[in-house]
Amino acid sequence: MKNKGEIYRISGPVVIISGLNTKMYDVVKVGTEGLMGEVIGIEGDKSTVQVYEETSGLKPGEPVENTGMSLSVELGPGLLESIYDGIQRPLPVLKDSMGDFIKRGVSANGLSREKEWDFVPMVKKGDKVNGGDIIGTVQETQNIEQRILVPPNVSGTISDIKKGKFKVDAVICTLDNGKELMMMQKWPVRKPRPVAKKMTPNTPLITGQRILDGLFPVAKGGTAAIPGPFGSGKTVTQQQLAKWSDTEIVVYIGCGERGNEMADVLHEFPEIKDPKTGRPLMERTVLIANTSNMPVAAREASVYTGITIAEYYRDMGYDVSLMADSTSRWAEAMREISSRLEEMPGEEGYPAYLAARLSEFYERAGKVKALCGKEGSITVIGAVSPPGGDFSEPITQNTLRIVKVFWALDAKLAQRRHFPSINWLNSYSLYTKALGPWYDEHVSPDWVKLRNDSMELLQKESELQEIVQLVGSDALPEDQQLTLEIARMIREYFLQQNAYHEVDTFCPMDKQYKLLKAITSWGDKAQSALEGGAEIAEIMKSSTKDDLAKVKYEVEFDKALGVILKNMDEEFARLRGK
Amino acid sequence: MTKEYKTINQISGPLIFVEKTEPVGYNELVNITLPDGTTKRGQVLDTSNEIVVVQVFEGTGGLNKECGVRFTGETIKLPVSKDLLGRILSGAGEPLDGGPRIVPEDRIDITGAAINPYARLPPKDFIQTGISTIDGMNTLVRGQKLPIFSGSGLPHNEIALQIARQARVRGSNEPFAVVFAAMGITNEESQYFMRDFERTGALERAVVFLNLADDPAVERLITPRLALTAAEYLAYEHDMHVLVILTDITNYCEALRQMGAAREEVPGRRGYPGYMYTDLASLYERAGVIKGRKGSVTQFSILSMPGDDITHPIPDLSGYITEGQIVISRELHRKGIYPPVNVLPSLSRLMNSGIGATRTREDHKAVSDQLYAAYAEGKDLRGLVAIVGKDALSDRDRKFLEFADMFEDRFVRQGEDENRDIETTLSIGWDLLAELPETQLTRIDNKYIDKYHPAHKAEKKE
Ligand SMILES: Nc1ncnc2c1ncn2[C@@H]1O[C@H](COP(=O)(O)OP(=O)(O)OP(=O)(O)O)[C@@H](O)[C@H]1O
Ligand SMILES: [Mg+2]
Repeated sequence: MKNKGEIYRISGPVVIISGLNTKMYDVVKVGTEGLMGEVIGIEGDKSTVQVYEETSGLKPGEPVENTGMSLSVELGPGLLESIYDGIQRPLPVLKDSMGDFIKRGVSANGLSREKEWDFVPMVKKGDKVNGGDIIGTVQETQNIEQRILVPPNVSGTISDIKKGKFKVDAVICTLDNGKELMMMQKWPVRKPRPVAKKMTPNTPLITGQRILDGLFPVAKGGTAAIPGPFGSGKTVTQQQLAKWSDTEIVVYIGCGERGNEMADVLHEFPEIKDPKTGRPLMERTVLIANTSNMPVAAREASVYTGITIAEYYRDMGYDVSLMADSTSRWAEAMREISSRLEEMPGEEGYPAYLAARLSEFYERAGKVKALCGKEGSITVIGAVSPPGGDFSEPITQNTLRIVKVFWALDAKLAQRRHFPSINWLNSYSLYTKALGPWYDEHVSPDWVKLRNDSMELLQKESELQEIVQLVGSDALPEDQQLTLEIARMIREYFLQQNAYHEVDTFCPMDKQYKLLKAITSWGDKAQSALEGGAEIAEIMKSSTKDDLAKVKYEVEFDKALGVILKNMDEEFARLRGK
Repeated sequence: MTKEYKTINQISGPLIFVEKTEPVGYNELVNITLPDGTTKRGQVLDTSNEIVVVQVFEGTGGLNKECGVRFTGETIKLPVSKDLLGRILSGAGEPLDGGPRIVPEDRIDITGAAINPYARLPPKDFIQTGISTIDGMNTLVRGQKLPIFSGSGLPHNEIALQIARQARVRGSNEPFAVVFAAMGITNEESQYFMRDFERTGALERAVVFLNLADDPAVERLITPRLALTAAEYLAYEHDMHVLVILTDITNYCEALRQMGAAREEVPGRRGYPGYMYTDLASLYERAGVIKGRKGSVTQFSILSMPGDDITHPIPDLSGYITEGQIVISRELHRKGIYPPVNVLPSLSRLMNSGIGATRTREDHKAVSDQLYAAYAEGKDLRGLVAIVGKDALSDRDRKFLEFADMFEDRFVRQGEDENRDIETTLSIGWDLLAELPETQLTRIDNKYIDKYHPAHKAEKKE
């Protein structure tokens, strides 16, 4: 067998080629147009290839060439602010070369070969370097410095290192063993990049979303899944996380979803400012957009492309978060290809290796000590789109076996326009304990108790609701009526958060604490007023209660809350006096 | 002339298997000649040196192993020109109106390439449909795909037609066209559409593709693609704003299921193919606005939910792709309310970018939210009343209960030819909200209450 073969059979994105010497995951150029494909099966002298572009018109007998390379991404300066398709072709470059529609047969480099970057060395001649070490830096965007790393499998003593402006493929460093390093390195997407050591996540990812930070936090380096039926808020939540999370780098993968949503992100992110740095969010973001109507094989690859880019920044010592919307579409791409291969189907037609692929993917999340010695992390948040909103299906179930945080979206809440529609009774976070000390130190020693009490109250509410359904709320004893009211306040004033409100879209930790504290302290005061003989009807008329409803929208929150708290004291003093 | 093969070795459902061919391209268009001289068309689904699998659009009835098969060497294309406007074509793109063949300016592949997400502009131009439940609470914008989720026997056709007649972008006189594609609807339904197009003169600016219930099911797989190709051509080559109405998506999906079964594929949920999401996306995603181009494609398709079940794979997968849905309610229809739109499960995801001070009116969002909340509460109370009786309700609750009835009667209900502008819609909304205690209007800023609440407006006049 040789380096050139020919097409034997074509069925959708799956092409069988004969007479070509291949290894699994080799990238091949298929047909006279040289369409990019990847070997996903080998049998006898035939290899099965998934093709990343439209295969219409392709004919048996057309030539196929093996590049001998695995599907890889280019890593180096210029990743940030980019928007790629599933196989790291920059969409603006594709637009320039093929117009407004995605045609085929165009290859495009992930990183620009034209642009020059100012390389500042951090090592000198004679230094010994190992894989993953930092040899210099490039100011990639105003606030993000890219640290140029020795590729993981390379080491040696520096015999030459340059300084100044270079293109990504220029040699900037030479080792004594003759190895030449560039600012750009390539890495096969299906292979996790190595780290020195995995660590236990112990810092929360602050998202500015009250129900997430407050009740179901995810740790930096942790994993979370957000399953929900259509229209329940997966994308809005993921976009909120991409906008407001306190990570340094964001990788956002639109995997098999809508074109207009990606357009939205593209138009919005350059306009929105990162609350921490004041710089446009786009400057810390890498977007991958392989929409539902773009080739499914590239959709399958998009998730790997994204996580490999995330690993690269993690290896520099950054906290990275990665959103994949939606992992179900990724799994469906696997299913489509698997069924073309006529593989033995597993549950609901998904391939038998579905669970393994999902766990391999989430396994690439984590807090680590990178090869360079710095600490970095990747937090992975995957949307899941269960058919009919039924969580018992294979993707949701297999995902829940892996991830540590479950944000259960609820169609009923979405229909009531309770946003984010995350069900507080079904959701969970397995990080709350590990993060306890962090909250004690950085938020307040009573935060954990505040949260637990609130959860308990919400639990209580759902029990009481069952009774209310039968007898109406007036039949409940007064203290229970009050419990219901406080729970309602927690739900509506604290948990509800409008992503489209210019103030409320992002809520810092300190504000979350003060708001929840104010609500519960109204509850405590009301309780003792009730015990002291005040009328429940009077308590319910409290005007500070109504004020609490709107205080989250105030630009000058602290001031507004201060006034409410003062009025609250007076109000309850009056109530007690009666 | 391409070579003719007489090497069909198997016919199975809508598929034929042809052997001993020269290399044949994937997705190629195929012409088949029957012994009696009639011809049929098909498309290559799988090709190898040994065997080529072809799906036959007009069905395999009448085919035998003696038929001649020619591979055309190209994928299916639609001949396009501006003269498409005013024409009625079959579900396979042949003239049905006795008019001449289209003299093509171009021939375009019907598969349609994906719009590069980077080339898209986020849709934001408000389309006034004249229907309050849509304009007021589930606003449609140019470039959106917003289907009607309906059920058998419900007036979705009337609603679609009313929208086709009334839809306008306010303050714009830009050229506008309708592309209508029927997939498996009855002759009677299709007559109903055609009569209305003729009556209102809409036909002049419409292109119609008709695949009726007694036309071959396989043809349904290309009908919407022809329609969308025509739409994209008019939008992107002739700067028109095109509204595409595909009806009924459910029939399309049934055809897809039938094809899958014929190919002995492993079926997905409820027998529908595992790739149905991707396939539907290849239709629905052909809507949008492109940077630097004047035209746009907006989709307002009809989908009847089997068994009124929104979790059925057809509405479910659609809902995962479209930018919201307008849900038609059997309950409202039974009450005699037209158009029976249930606003609670309905949603337009692009509404936020299409409304507000510069697009509709500053109070639009607040009014919509408040109407929604009040109606939801009123409807809940109906449930409660059924258990505890009306007398057990507080005064406040009774007001909300009444509100729900008024909302259905005055806001939802309107005439089939009643074209309400957005101001009328909002003012009906305000009139209804004025029936509630003002303290209950928690979703509306005081400044809007001062400005638009009927009670305050009256004060100001005095
Ligand atoms: N936090 C929020 N604040 C305000 N509105 C919200 C919020 N979350 C969701 N919504 C509303 O719900 C709609 C649907 O949300 P979204 O697009 O995120 O759903 P989804 O779960 O991603 O659906 P699909 O699976 O179809 O992609 C949004 O368009 C918005 O109107
Ligand atoms: Mg979504």
